[in-house]
Amino acid sequence: MSAVVCEGISMAFPSGAGMQAVLHDVNVAVEAGQLTLLVGPSGCGKTTLISIMTSILTPTKGHVRVWGTDVTHLKGAAQVLFRRREIGFIFQQYSLLPTLTAAENAALPLIAEGMTYDKAVRVGAAVLEQVGVGQLAARLPSQLSGGQQQRVAIARALVHKPRLIVCDEPTAALDEESGRKVMDILRSAAAEKSRAVLVVTHDNRIFSYADRLIRMNDGRISSIETKE
Amino acid sequence: MLYGDTGKYIGLVAGIVFATLLMSQQVSIFIGLLSRTASQILDVQEATLWVMDPRVQYMEEFEPMRDVELQRVRSVPGVEWATPYYKGFAVVNTFVSQSQQVFLMGIDDVSLLPYPHEMIEGKWEDLKQPESMILDKAGWHFLFPGEPVVLPRTIEINEKRVVIVGVCDVSAPFTTFPIVFARYTEVLKLAPQKRNSLSFVLVREQKGVPITELQARIRNETGLQVLTTDEFKWRTINHILTRTGIPINFGITVVLGFIVGAAITGQTFYLFILDKLRQFATMKAIGVTNGQILRMVFAQAASVGFVGYSLGVGLTALFFQSTNDVPALRGFYFHWEVMAGVGVAVTLIVALTVLFSIRRVLVVDPGVVFRG
Repeated sequence: MSAVVCEGISMAFPSGAGMQAVLHDVNVAVEAGQLTLLVGPSGCGKTTLISIMTSILTPTKGHVRVWGTDVTHLKGAAQVLFRRREIGFIFQQYSLLPTLTAAENAALPLIAEGMTYDKAVRVGAAVLEQVGVGQLAARLPSQLSGGQQQRVAIARALVHKPRLIVCDEPTAALDEESGRKVMDILRSAAAEKSRAVLVVTHDNRIFSYADRLIRMNDGRISSIETKE
Repeated sequence: MLYGDTGKYIGLVAGIVFATLLMSQQVSIFIGLLSRTASQILDVQEATLWVMDPRVQYMEEFEPMRDVELQRVRSVPGVEWATPYYKGFAVVNTFVSQSQQVFLMGIDDVSLLPYPHEMIEGKWEDLKQPESMILDKAGWHFLFPGEPVVLPRTIEINEKRVVIVGVCDVSAPFTTFPIVFARYTEVLKLAPQKRNSLSFVLVREQKGVPITELQARIRNETGLQVLTTDEFKWRTINHILTRTGIPINFGITVVLGFIVGAAITGQTFYLFILDKLRQFATMKAIGVTNGQILRMVFAQAASVGFVGYSLGVGLTALFFQSTNDVPALRGFYFHWEVMAGVGVAVTLIVALTVLFSIRRVLVVDPGVVFRG
């Protein structure tokens, strides 16, 4: 089953007097139970496409369905709830809150969902354990290495059991060893049939992890490769 | 988030502390000053009506009346008793310090009304002795700095010998001159000779006679001005409010305290919000609603407001506590009403601060977290 289906997605941003097109009639799917890599040169539209898939941006044309639900024109509370419940985000620069401990950062989506603080932090610490940084639960982000911070960010993305995990350059700031650990975790997360993992990357060291490799160029899908 | 940014946290708290301290201290001093203008009226507890020359505007300015006015007032039906009351200035020579000006209060020779109620040393009845007087406690400190109260003590008032036979505690007057109480006839010997010397006539109504009725009766029969204690108090306070620059000056300080406090707090909080926009964007991206963020921002601002307000109120209380024994600062208190009013002002500052900053948070695009 397809976790995400993009149909005829076009996107243009205001630029000077007119509009600058960034995506041109993109048709692509992200499959459940797979680790999909979205790759391409800077400025090709990768970030815009994942922003549309996660309902952060609304496309100029086309539709996005996530797990069968059209999320193209979600607004307000429905849009926020969709992101909170269905998506786990992993950002290039980790984006952890510096004044919260690792466990509190990991627990953030649960606290936003209304779970009590104590329970949420307990669950957050348990997920940190699963991603190999359980012993760092009480530390602040400033006391962690880049690889450790990224694993806390992965814990935050997994803690509420979302069905779609979207990662933006998760290994860009990491050394090879740390990058491999991060990708191993994402690989095992993608193994569940009820979940899809989409990774946007430049990092050709991790292409081998992909079940599916989608290449973009100049706002279009240029090729899709599926691992045999 | 805010606790993690020590510099901005301290800046915000300092802004609130500054505003709280300035507003509460200045308003308290202002209220204290107004109270002091009427303190000599309120200290006269036995009388209900004050009779005076029609030209008198307030307590500190008096037009002496003829002594015969006392008898005219006493003859008005419904008057239980009426006593003369002298208020004037005199120069005291203590032989130990520089000559100083004092308030000279002359009370009734027979009843000694209105005698000072709170005696610290001596008895008010001792005023019946010739050439005797009672000095107020703050006056003792002004006239004999650093000396313990030892009675009797001889001094000169307007170059005439008198003996201090008692020390009393009275409310602080508007100016910090020492206050000397003596019998009316003694005061007339001490004061400069004038054709008229009666400052006020103090009156008490007979039981069952309505004050307003007696007030009108005295006014009609004597042509003098007759005010109740409350009317005289407010007339004195209003005179200070309308005829001096005191309220404007204090008002300016209080408004500046509010504006500067709001400006420091608002600007620092705004910079804090700008610094953390990316973190707010992250929260929005992972599904934290604007409402939840708004509550979080309000909670942080309220926490800063509470800490700053508490420290500011504490410092104000400390100021009044530490100046409690300073004679020149008598009569200044930190009233709970001022505390509550400043609390409302600080709440307003915090609310304005949040309103000024929150728009940036509400409109921040969660997509910025995908940008490098």
